[in-house]
Amino acid sequence: METDVKRRILLQGSLTAGAIGVAVAAGLLAPGRVLAAWPDKAFAAKGLPEMLQELLGDSNAEESNDINIKAPDIAENGAVVPVTVSTNIAGAESISVVAINNPAPLVASYNLGEGTEGFVSTRIKMGKSGDVVAVVKAGGKLYSAKKGVKVTIGGCGG
Amino acid sequence: MASNSIKIRAKLQDDVTTVKALMTHPMETGSRKDKDGQLIPAHFIKELTCEAGGKTLLTAFWSGGVSKNPYLSFKFKGGKAGEMLKLSWTDNLGESASEEAEIS
Repeated sequence: METDVKRRILLQGSLTAGAIGVAVAAGLLAPGRVLAAWPDKAFAAKGLPEMLQELLGDSNAEESNDINIKAPDIAENGAVVPVTVSTNIAGAESISVVAINNPAPLVASYNLGEGTEGFVSTRIKMGKSGDVVAVVKAGGKLYSAKKGVKVTIGGCGG
Repeated sequence: MASNSIKIRAKLQDDVTTVKALMTHPMETGSRKDKDGQLIPAHFIKELTCEAGGKTLLTAFWSGGVSKNPYLSFKFKGGKAGEMLKLSWTDNLGESASEEAEIS
């Protein structure tokens, strides 16, 4: 009986894997299509308003206390700065992480699926000290929060 | 690229599944120079997706500003124990990798 149950789970697992494989083969998850969505203009933008316009279709972000950025006050190594963004804003659709003083300020942008909580954690590079800005899109509006991080050794130079 | 370049864990607790992933990737910005002063070509993960139960949980667009050997963590509701979760990425050179993990 016990082995039967285990076998069933195993079978289910391999079926799921198989289905995804078929989807890839059928071109449903083709890398080409995926890459086309990468917002190159937003990643090239130097200023926050321009970047947000390209990325999220709005250049204004309202400051919000419902966004919490967890990052070190002083980062000894700018190549690895742990940044966690969490928000209580209902219906958050996306979270973007910006290091204002970086040569390419937009570091990462996350689109949250249905059921995904307003929480992302990544390690980012920071060229020099400056604000880390988190922008959350919810209900067609943009909200932002920032936190200053002091970098003692830059992570973007050679 | 080898599929073992991603380590992924998904843990379910009180209806919230916490996903933690660690990838092996150089994440070169393209503006760094090597010892001889030559620019090191850009090589970074551009897009990453995570899906489970036929739904896309998270799509990420990254630049070279994400640290080498990237770490990513996020949370979602509605995951079931035993369900498979899949994470895949594509980089600027067209390389890709994916890995699956069972929600536990």
